[in-house]
Amino acid sequence: MTSSKWFVVLSAAVALAIALAACGSSGDTTGGSGGGVSGEIAGAGSTAQQAAQEAWIAEFESENSGVTISYDPVGSGGGREQFIAGGTAYAGSDAALSTEEGELEKAEKRCAPGQLIEIPDYISPIAIIYNLPGVEELQLDPETLAKIFNQEITSWNDRAIAADNPGAELPDTRITPVNRSDESGTTENFTEYLSEVVPSVWSYEVSGDWPVKGGEAASGTSGVVEAVAAGEGAIGYADASQAGELGVAKVKVGSEYAEPTPEAAAKVLEESPLDKELSPSKYTIAYKLDRKTESEGTYPIVLTSYLIACTKYDSAEEASAVKAYLEYVISPEGQKLAAEQAGSAPLSSALTSKVTPAIEAIEAG
Amino acid sequence: MSQVDTTTNAGQLLAAASGGRRRLGDRVFSRTAVVAAVTILALLAGVAIFLVSEGYPAFTASASELPGGKSFLDYVAPLAFGTVLASAIAAVVAVPLAIAAALFITHIAPPRIAGTLGYLVDLLAAIPSIIYGLWGIFVLGPAAVPVLKWLEEKLGWVPLFEGPASATGRTMLVAGIVLAVMILPIVSAIAREAFAQTPRKLTEGAQALGATRWEMIRMTVLPFGKSSVISGAMLGLGRALGETMAVTIILSVSGAVSFNLISQANPSTIAANIALDFPESSGLAINALIATGLVLFAITLVTNMAARAVIARQNDE
Repeated sequence: MTSSKWFVVLSAAVALAIALAACGSSGDTTGGSGGGVSGEIAGAGSTAQQAAQEAWIAEFESENSGVTISYDPVGSGGGREQFIAGGTAYAGSDAALSTEEGELEKAEKRCAPGQLIEIPDYISPIAIIYNLPGVEELQLDPETLAKIFNQEITSWNDRAIAADNPGAELPDTRITPVNRSDESGTTENFTEYLSEVVPSVWSYEVSGDWPVKGGEAASGTSGVVEAVAAGEGAIGYADASQAGELGVAKVKVGSEYAEPTPEAAAKVLEESPLDKELSPSKYTIAYKLDRKTESEGTYPIVLTSYLIACTKYDSAEEASAVKAYLEYVISPEGQKLAAEQAGSAPLSSALTSKVTPAIEAIEAG
Repeated sequence: MSQVDTTTNAGQLLAAASGGRRRLGDRVFSRTAVVAAVTILALLAGVAIFLVSEGYPAFTASASELPGGKSFLDYVAPLAFGTVLASAIAAVVAVPLAIAAALFITHIAPPRIAGTLGYLVDLLAAIPSIIYGLWGIFVLGPAAVPVLKWLEEKLGWVPLFEGPASATGRTMLVAGIVLAVMILPIVSAIAREAFAQTPRKLTEGAQALGATRWEMIRMTVLPFGKSSVISGAMLGLGRALGETMAVTIILSVSGAVSFNLISQANPSTIAANIALDFPESSGLAINALIATGLVLFAITLVTNMAARAVIARQNDE
């Protein structure tokens, strides 16, 4: 008896809450205007950019109250697909539009020849995190790193690791390599690094799916961090901003061991050449990351995520809203916000000046 | 429990009413009931049609087009294996526990404690699966690490505990135990209902003839509740087969097909694999995921049909 009464009360409360929420949200969308732009724009794509996009949107909308922007983190592939189909005004993608499946052509068609914009907007160093009590600092060269992750090296006191860390006391703990169990851009960038730098050890095909069987697998960046933190002797890879209290290994670049700092990550991009094939027009700026770089102060294990948009939109309102938003995204303030909220590496001033013309070209067609 | 009562009462009412003059209320009720029943069938058929039509491209695609470059059968086999293995562990752990708890509540505990205890067991069902997942990786997993190590050392010769023991505890065994806790309330609630309905004359008769409490339970309560316990176990198994979030979070999956329950290399389950791979999939990879969903649908269907067959045979005897 009493339980059914409770049920009635509870369902009434739920219904009321839903009704109130509906009122609230409809009130918001009709909210007044301020700032110079208005309208609604939709974007979709990379989950890596999600935290940054959310921060940008919140900040941008608070300054331009007439604009509503949405970003659906459906994943890079889905983001590119939706953009090509014309469902979204812009996309975020962890990889540049490729020519293999004709994506680049289709995207150019979605805008118009020469009107496609593709610029890097989000750079994030990927840290090698480890959990080994008593070992405060760890240095690894790429070959050792690859051998750890393909399970050739199974113990922390292996000779190869000792050679990289003279003087360190390494225990005989078993190594538990941790990888992502979901498909991810982080995995893709990390394996791309391994296969380019040490192809003799890392012979797997590069993809967002982890190729080696038998390791510890966890879902999402947070899952990997949690698994590494929980397992003594564990080592994994994750966005540098998420490393927290865990140890972060230095990776050998040239003759030095480099740390995953934002500056070192941004520098790699700066020194990398453009990918000519994937950058057919002046507003498509796709980098061929120089993972094999040996120059000092660079850290080549980075994830680069791109913004994809058009220079022409049908309505003037949409064009000006997209333009204003993307301008904010690549602005020093926007990049600083992403660095704070998502731990990304801000675009260097050289990069910013390189990508700015593309966004300035946006206009109503 | 109470739903069972209301439906049987309603059925009796309907049967009584259909003999006499049909009133408006009866007609409305019977129409509504028919519509509800048809809706359920239509929903089921709709889901099946969706799974078949969206999964079909993956069945016919060549191996090179599918994720991982394997044929669909090779792709789904380890997943189906992992699904069945995790659910089997859950059932093996949960069913005896649920029967024991149900017996305690219905025939052994003093009434006051029994009521509270039954309520608490039911409460387990109200915890969202994501919470079980978090509990699994933050509490049960780390706590299981020494146990897994011990199993590897002492029982390493059993293929189930071959090791090497996981350093994080995110293994098939732990996932199975978490699933067991999740299905415990369903199995035990159904067993409890059945045990409580054991006719008094049977239980009292057995005791009057000098049977101990255990003999009374063995001779009257257990046989009486057998078919309900089986159907409860199957319902629980159904939930374990389809459970997604908890397994996704807890299990360290690397595609290996093995009965080794304590290592970091475990096969994934169909539901967890869909949850993990869907966000970054596009094109044929999505068809492949939906096709694995169809396989899960088939596994669940077969399980339920098997349970029906077992129950039907029980009732015949």
